[in-house]
Amino acid sequence: MVGKDENTYDVQEIRRDFPILERQVNGHPLVYLDSAASAQKPRAVIESQREYLSHFHSNIHRGAHALATQATDAFEGARETVRNHFNASKTSEIVFTSGATDSINLVASTWGRSNLTSDSIILLTRLEHHSNIVPWQILANEIGCKIEVVDVLPDGSLDQINFEKKLALKPKLVCFSHVSNTLGTINDVKYYTELAHKVGSCVLIDGSQAAPHCLVDFQDLDCDFYACSGHKMYGPTGIGILYGKQELFESMPPWRGGGEMISSVSFEDPTTFNIPPYKFEAGTPNISGAIGLGHAISWMNSVGVEKIAAHERALTEYAHKKLLAIEGLKIYGTADHKAGVVSFLIDGTHPADLGTLLDQLGIAVRTGSHCTEPLMKWLGVSGTVRASFAAYTSFEEIDALVAGLERAVKMLR
Amino acid sequence: MNRMNTVNSRQDQVIEEFDMFSDWMEKYEHIIEIGKELSPMLEDEKVEDNLIKGCQSRVWLSAKRNTAGEVVFGADSDAIITKGLVALMVRVLSNSQASEIAAADLYFLEQIGLHAHLSSTRSNGLASMVKQMKMYGLVYSARS
Repeated sequence: MVGKDENTYDVQEIRRDFPILERQVNGHPLVYLDSAASAQKPRAVIESQREYLSHFHSNIHRGAHALATQATDAFEGARETVRNHFNASKTSEIVFTSGATDSINLVASTWGRSNLTSDSIILLTRLEHHSNIVPWQILANEIGCKIEVVDVLPDGSLDQINFEKKLALKPKLVCFSHVSNTLGTINDVKYYTELAHKVGSCVLIDGSQAAPHCLVDFQDLDCDFYACSGHKMYGPTGIGILYGKQELFESMPPWRGGGEMISSVSFEDPTTFNIPPYKFEAGTPNISGAIGLGHAISWMNSVGVEKIAAHERALTEYAHKKLLAIEGLKIYGTADHKAGVVSFLIDGTHPADLGTLLDQLGIAVRTGSHCTEPLMKWLGVSGTVRASFAAYTSFEEIDALVAGLERAVKMLR
Repeated sequence: MNRMNTVNSRQDQVIEEFDMFSDWMEKYEHIIEIGKELSPMLEDEKVEDNLIKGCQSRVWLSAKRNTAGEVVFGADSDAIITKGLVALMVRVLSNSQASEIAAADLYFLEQIGLHAHLSSTRSNGLASMVKQMKMYGLVYSARS
């Protein structure tokens, strides 16, 4: 079979950039369909780690030697790569964190604590990952404010009418995902940001699943905060980004103390803090991770983010068509705009059993609640099987998934 | 019968049984079969209190003592492969003395190549179930 975009997109050439895809699992060639959990790494990223650790590792920002200068330049160069990629207006609006979860916790602990009071409302949606729920619940418990939740429609898109109704409650903060990690729904975040700003809300977008799959323009979105993780966008683990508007970052108190976040420390006079973004980067940062993320972003741009997105759209469409041919298979998440995520169940089988048998065939999927228990509860299921795609996913791998499922179903029913 | 060897002799039987299978498919087909054959748990035992929560599949476990003073386990799971593994655990440990259960070295899963199911990434409740079974063994042996 040949996919729609095969003429302009050479997936085999891209796969050659990912050494891990050459390996076998349980005696079968690896079919990696768990990129929404974490994407694999291209050679450029792997090489960047080796090069940094072999040639110019040093602590940054303060050393009086050549290695420190080289490492600092690479680290700050990565920040500029991130700024440019997401079209933030200044590098001071890009804070390196350990991942999207860390980014959200940072906002909850600083902006949240200093701006929310017991009569405030935080508006979330039922689509959210636990990482965009629990930090707010912890904060709400601490200050006694309320959490309201936007409903989801049966196709997995946000209920716009309900969203507007909840916005009428004038929430101080509105947090929503750009792309659902469980259902793949792409939310119209620019529109929802505009609506939220009209009622004076601050907007945080969880972009963990969007950043690897679409071009994101922070200035165009006009959101106040945007969080994402490096490892889902072909970079190393333990590195992430928090974008925040300059004036917000300036007004927010620091979170963790120590290291680069300090301006001056005294026992006699007040200790003063550095300017953003350093104000929020306590301790020695993940230097190698940031450098790797910079290379990952450059790799994505060398292929073309729009091209990757088009390839993933074609894969998703193909997967929907092929999977629905399996008797008793139901797809969860059928919104018009979807990223490369397909969640499904098959009558008479348990997702954990399907996952176990697929693994025997070298096929990696995720099964369970995907860290979205409130969404699962609303869907009325305890979990699903999730296949998720990336730049290197081939149409043949979807064929392998379908064949594997057919074999597993025969064994289980 | 040597009481202390009950659990181990059952484990050795399971290992022997699985030696017959040459590939993973036959092995899993057998586990699925064992899962299907596990006598259904009594409805009044399949309750929240007996639920061992895992991220991916749910496991229920109950324990009581028979007239011979042995611990008898009842178990179930909503996933059939987990249920098969649970049934193997019950087969190995049920109807044994509490002290033997508490002290059991469960080597059979590794021997039949299924120890990965006990790893934390599986989150299928099986590892928690083994812990819970041993806990019952400890509690009952303390009582006797």
